[in-house]
Amino acid sequence: MLTKRIIPCLDIRDGRVVKGVNFLGVKDIACPVEMARFYNDSGADELVFYDITASFENRPLFSGILKEVARQVFIPLTVGGSINSLDDFDRVLKCGADKVSVNTGAIKNPQLIADAAKRYGDQCVVLSMDIKQVNGSYHIFAKGGREDTGIDALEWAARGEAAGAGEIVANSIDTDGVRGGFDLPLLQALADKVTIPIIASGGAGNKEDFAELFKLDGVDAGLAASIFHLKEVDIKELKQYLRDQGISMRL
Amino acid sequence: MIAVIDYGVGNLFSLTSSLAYLGAEAEISTTREQLQQADKIILPGVGAFGDAAIKLRQSGLEDMVKEQAAAGKPLFGICLGMQLLFEKSYEYGEHDGLGLIKGGIYPLTPDLKAAGFDYKVPQMGWNDLKIVAPDCPLLKYSKTGEYVYFVHSYYAKNCEESLAATCNYGVEVPALVYSGNVFGAQFHPEKSGAVGLKILQAFIDM
Repeated sequence: MLTKRIIPCLDIRDGRVVKGVNFLGVKDIACPVEMARFYNDSGADELVFYDITASFENRPLFSGILKEVARQVFIPLTVGGSINSLDDFDRVLKCGADKVSVNTGAIKNPQLIADAAKRYGDQCVVLSMDIKQVNGSYHIFAKGGREDTGIDALEWAARGEAAGAGEIVANSIDTDGVRGGFDLPLLQALADKVTIPIIASGGAGNKEDFAELFKLDGVDAGLAASIFHLKEVDIKELKQYLRDQGISMRL
Repeated sequence: MIAVIDYGVGNLFSLTSSLAYLGAEAEISTTREQLQQADKIILPGVGAFGDAAIKLRQSGLEDMVKEQAAAGKPLFGICLGMQLLFEKSYEYGEHDGLGLIKGGIYPLTPDLKAAGFDYKVPQMGWNDLKIVAPDCPLLKYSKTGEYVYFVHSYYAKNCEESLAATCNYGVEVPALVYSGNVFGAQFHPEKSGAVGLKILQAFIDM
C-alpha cells in the first residue's frame, strides 16, 4: 500500500542550513550534507531544499551542496528557491534534484509550469504555494509570503494541475509558525479541487497534528522544518506513532 | 563495467551516483561500442514511452541492446526503461517496445476505476514489495514488505510468467520483472534508500 510521506525541509542560505540546531551524532549541524544524511537515517521519505541565498554569486555553492547530498542520500530530493526559468530547472536537475519546486517564478510566468512539465515530465514539477485567507477566500502570496497577489489559491492550484504540475506544496501562512496544527480546511478545499498529490506545510507542532492531517484522504505528505530541526519530533518515532494509528507509513 | 545508457531521456545523476556509492564502475554510454564492451547494461528513462522508444531507436542503440541481451549480458531497465523492455505500450497510442519481456504497458487509471478505487495517478511515493519469485537474483538481499519509491502512470500487464515482485495500488502492479538475464524495475532503486541500494548491489554482483 502506498504510504503517506514525512518530509523535512531544509532552508539553505550561503551554503548553510538556516536554523540548524543540535543533533545527536551530527558533527556540523549547519552542514546540509550531514543533516540530509541524518534525516535519511531517521526515515525521512523525501527531502526538500530551499535555496534562500540572497546573492546570485553564491548560487554555485548551493549547486555544490546539492551534488554532494545526491551522491550520498538516495531518496527523492525536491529543490526550490529562485526557480524562474527552464535554465534554473536544468541547473538543479543536473545536480541531482528529482523534482523542482516553483513558487514566485510561476506567478511571474505561469507558462513556466507547462514548459517545464513538457520538457522534464509532470512528476518533476512541484507547484509551491504560499496561501493566506483574505476576506474569507484563499489568496496566493508571492515573494516569500510578503505580497498578496490577489490570485485565488484554489483556482491557482487547478491551473497548475492543468498546466502539468505533478504535485502541490500548500504552505498556509495562517498556520505557519503557530504550531497549532496544519490548515485542515484549506487542505480539504485543495483536495476537493485537484487530484495531484498534496504536500501540507505550515503548522505542525506535534505528532498528533500529523495524525489529524492524514485523516484527510486527499493529503499525501506532511512537510515541516523547525519541529524536526529542533528535535521536538523525531521522525522515526513519529512514523511509528502514525502507523500505530492505522496510517500507512514506511518503516 | 556497467554501461548506463544515455539516450537523452532523463537524469542520470542519481543512478550513476548510487552505483558509485556502491563501488561499482559505471559509464554513461552513448555508443554501440560502449554497450559491447560493458559487462552489464542499465536502461534508465523517465517521460513518455513513445518519445523514449523513438529516441532509443534514433540513438542507434536499440539493436545493440537486444543483441547484448540475447548474448546473455545482464540488462536492467528502470522505470520507463523497464517499460521499454515489454512488447508494446498503450501510452498515447500504440508503440513497440524491445519485446524482451512478454506483456504490455497500460494506463493505470481505467483499471483503478474498474476496480473501484479513486487512487491518484501517477502512483507517486513509497509502496511495499511483495516478492513472488524469491529466486530472482535481483532480490537476493530483499524481503517482502520492504518499501521502494514509485512514480508512474502506466503499468505492465499480462506478464505473469516474468513477475518477481509486485506492489498493491488497488490493482496488482508488477514492480520487478525478469526473464533470464533481462530485469526490469517499475520503481526507482536509486531513489529507494537502503532497500533500493540492495537491489542495485544484487545487479552489480551478477
